[in-house]
Amino acid sequence: MDLSTIWFILIAILFTGYFVLEGFDFGVGILLPLLGRDDRQRRVLINTIGPVWDGNEVWVLTAGGAMFAAFPEWYATLFSGFYLPLLLILVALILRGVAFEYRGKRDDPQWKSWWDRAIFFGSLLPALLWGVAFGNIVRGVRLDATHEYVGGFWALLNPYALLGGLVTLSLFTTHGAVFLALKTTGEIRERANVLAGRTGLAAAALAVGFLAWTLFGVRGGAAAAVLAMFAALALVGGLAANLVRREGWAFAGTAAAIALAVACLFAALFPDVLPSIVDPANSLTVDNASSTSYTLKIMTWVAVVFTPIVLAYQGWTYWVFRKRIGVDHIPQA
Amino acid sequence: MDLARWQFGVTTVYHFLFVPITIGLSALVAGLQTAWVRTGDERWLRLTKFYGKLLLINFAMGVVTGIVQEFQFGMNWSDYSRFVGDIFGAPLAIEALLAFFLESTFLGLWIFGWDKLPKKVHLACIWAVAIGTQLSAYFILAANSWMQNPVGYRFNPDTGRAELTDFAAVLTNKVTLVTYPHTVAGCFLVAGALMLAIALWHLVRNGAEEFRPALRLGAWVTMVAALATLVTGDIQGKIMTDVQPMKMAAAEGLYETERSAGLSVFTIGSLDGSREVYALKIPGLLSWLGQGDVNAAVEGVNDLQARYSAQYGAGSYTPIIPVTYWSFRLMIGFGLLTALVAAWALWTHRKGRRPTSRWLVRAGIVLPLLPLAANAFGWIFTEMGRQPWIVFGEMLTRDGVSRTVSASEVVTSLAGFTLLYGLLAVVEVKLLLRFIRPGLPDPAPPPETDTDDRPLAFAY
Ligand code: HDD
Ligand code: HEM
Ligand code: HEM
Repeated sequence: MDLSTIWFILIAILFTGYFVLEGFDFGVGILLPLLGRDDRQRRVLINTIGPVWDGNEVWVLTAGGAMFAAFPEWYATLFSGFYLPLLLILVALILRGVAFEYRGKRDDPQWKSWWDRAIFFGSLLPALLWGVAFGNIVRGVRLDATHEYVGGFWALLNPYALLGGLVTLSLFTTHGAVFLALKTTGEIRERANVLAGRTGLAAAALAVGFLAWTLFGVRGGAAAAVLAMFAALALVGGLAANLVRREGWAFAGTAAAIALAVACLFAALFPDVLPSIVDPANSLTVDNASSTSYTLKIMTWVAVVFTPIVLAYQGWTYWVFRKRIGVDHIPQA
Repeated sequence: MDLARWQFGVTTVYHFLFVPITIGLSALVAGLQTAWVRTGDERWLRLTKFYGKLLLINFAMGVVTGIVQEFQFGMNWSDYSRFVGDIFGAPLAIEALLAFFLESTFLGLWIFGWDKLPKKVHLACIWAVAIGTQLSAYFILAANSWMQNPVGYRFNPDTGRAELTDFAAVLTNKVTLVTYPHTVAGCFLVAGALMLAIALWHLVRNGAEEFRPALRLGAWVTMVAALATLVTGDIQGKIMTDVQPMKMAAAEGLYETERSAGLSVFTIGSLDGSREVYALKIPGLLSWLGQGDVNAAVEGVNDLQARYSAQYGAGSYTPIIPVTYWSFRLMIGFGLLTALVAAWALWTHRKGRRPTSRWLVRAGIVLPLLPLAANAFGWIFTEMGRQPWIVFGEMLTRDGVSRTVSASEVVTSLAGFTLLYGLLAVVEVKLLLRFIRPGLPDPAPPPETDTDDRPLAFAY
């Protein structure tokens, strides 16, 4: 396999890791006003992701950095082309990140409710917009002969991409609810379980519709079709496990569903990285967007050595904080 | 393009208000905690928790402003990203993989792990964070230094971009090797001054004796860091004269090549420095800074402009002289002033004395702002002194900007970031002050029995 293909796969893995991990962070943020009825309950919700959300967010930074290093053309066209959606994502991530840290620093209901809103919208917007962005990447955009994006902002809001946004939104919300059922005790655990069942149905319907549209209407291939099928199976399995209160399996199910769905999109995309809908010759591909093989070789060595180390210590973090938490565990402010 | 530049400048300087505090303070907090683990003295633990909390409030801002930086290259500087991605992307990606994961994961473990990890493992977590910040600084400075002095690459006319040929050369760029210690010393200057200033305030105002060790540590760190910036800054001057002589000339506003050139402390004259009315000059100092010899010749702006025009084609190759001139002086001036205040504070506290000087308290209040300003001016000098180049000798800044992003989009983002950053600055400063005011926390209650119902030692 050439190095540029390997890097395509690595970037797909980084985004997969990001959506699986940050997916439940977003879900928890979106569910904050729904499942957290009072301040202590909201604190329980926030503390389930407290030690890990920042580490999860680094997955997207690494994905962005890897894109810059391995496919500079892709990074440049994508980030300048999707300017406003990315700006919104950035603002949302800023507010959300600060909110986690600052919310509890003053014991004032008004103060806290402002930051709760920041967490809610700061989770909702990226959960929606990442889906819109990936929908557009897979669908293809208007690229001119110099690989510049010329479609403008409104063209990004096409029905297919918007459906993609709803898929990520509902899927992450479900993933977050399943995560909460796994990590909390008492009332919150019960309510999260029920809620996951409901949003799960919506997510399943939307996701199946989106993947079918992708395979039959946008682009496909055998690998993508197989992955899409497994994604659907994983989601159904996860929801079934949720129904019979096997919380660990339910979480594994939604995590696998997200991972497989992302893999399906990347498989459908390959060998393009950003297709052009004006003229296929204008598309960015793994070949014409990539860095030199010397750069890729160095990067490959770095990735091979350090990725397992990162996985090991991130995994250890989850082990250290494996205990469920409930309202009794929340210390007085 | 000017808007894109303003946006980069505003967001980057803002990011770098938090960066030095994180870099310096994480190591100092790790030091405090080490002292506690080794001596078992409760005092150190209380200091660790106090300064650790400040670190956290600050770290949140460092992280969220950093995310903007990471995406900004592609958003506003897409042609630049295309041109340099082969080289520049690698350190950035490595920084994320090596440094950001380390920092963020272990900081999470440190914050929430007080009661979940053995003492020594918990201590190792904060050290891992401190090491992460150093790695982060090294790789990002390697990327930045490449823009000042491109090495280890060749220009490929077929693809129209710069391509990496020697990664080791990029990492051992002589500019990186000196910029890294200079910048890190600048960071410790900030963290030391912050630690000192808070301790000073509590000690003088409230007689809080428990702050005395922090005062001493902060003051010494500040003074040593100032000395280190001086030494590394001097070496930097020589390397800069070698790779970017125009920047050196612009630092002094030296128009004509001169032997034994002096360094003026300040000048009164026309704004662009081409006509001087009065200048306080230290003879030979500029020559010493640039060449290590008080009699050496320093090339002037006019000669360099002529040389570059011949080499790269017609055009202006001169940065905005008043900006480089003053930012260079303000960097050095504010840095040295910080060290002086630190020395003064230390002197008044010798052998357990407690001064009551109101002036010292006042100086203490502005003290943390001085090294922050010195750092910001250092960056403004470095980056503005490189203009009109974005990659020295290879690419002009105006060619690096995104072509497809409209002016209104940049106005939106610039206005949005400025507003948001302004608001967050107010919130952050207020929070910091709220935490600083009450002083050290009570010693933690004795560890309870390890049951499942026990409250968490720390929760958001
Ligand atoms: C000399 C050091 C230095 C410099 C020049 C920069 N940074 Fe920075 N950055 C850090 C030192 C640092 C740090 C100390 O590692 C931070 C500060 C606070 C923190 O959380 O980590 C950080 C945070 C930070 C983060 C968040 C990491 C996380 O989530 O943990 C990102 C994405 C960046 N930075 C990216 C950049 C980019 C793209 C820069 C170039 C314009 C840049 N930084 C300049
Ligand atoms: C790897 C790190 C960095 C890179 C790649 C970088 C690159 C750039 C780029 C692309 C610009 C815009 C073009 C220009 O005007 O020169 C710029 C300008 C600037 N940067 Fe940096 N920079 C880095 C770090 C920093 C840091 C840490 C600071 C200080 C806090 C800083 C301060 C500035 C300033 C003050 C400007 C001028 C803005 C203006 O033109 O109005 N830079 N730099
Ligand atoms: C004492 C406080 C000081 C602080 C906080 C400070 C901070 C900085 C910073 C942040 C930069 C930009 C990053 C870099 O290129 O390293 C810089 C650049 C620089 N500093 Fe300082 N500095 C201080 C003192 C000095 C002194 C005393 C000198 C000279 C003797 C000096 C000489 C330089 C030079 C020459 C550069 C530009 C390097 C280049 O562009 O290649 N600095 N400083």
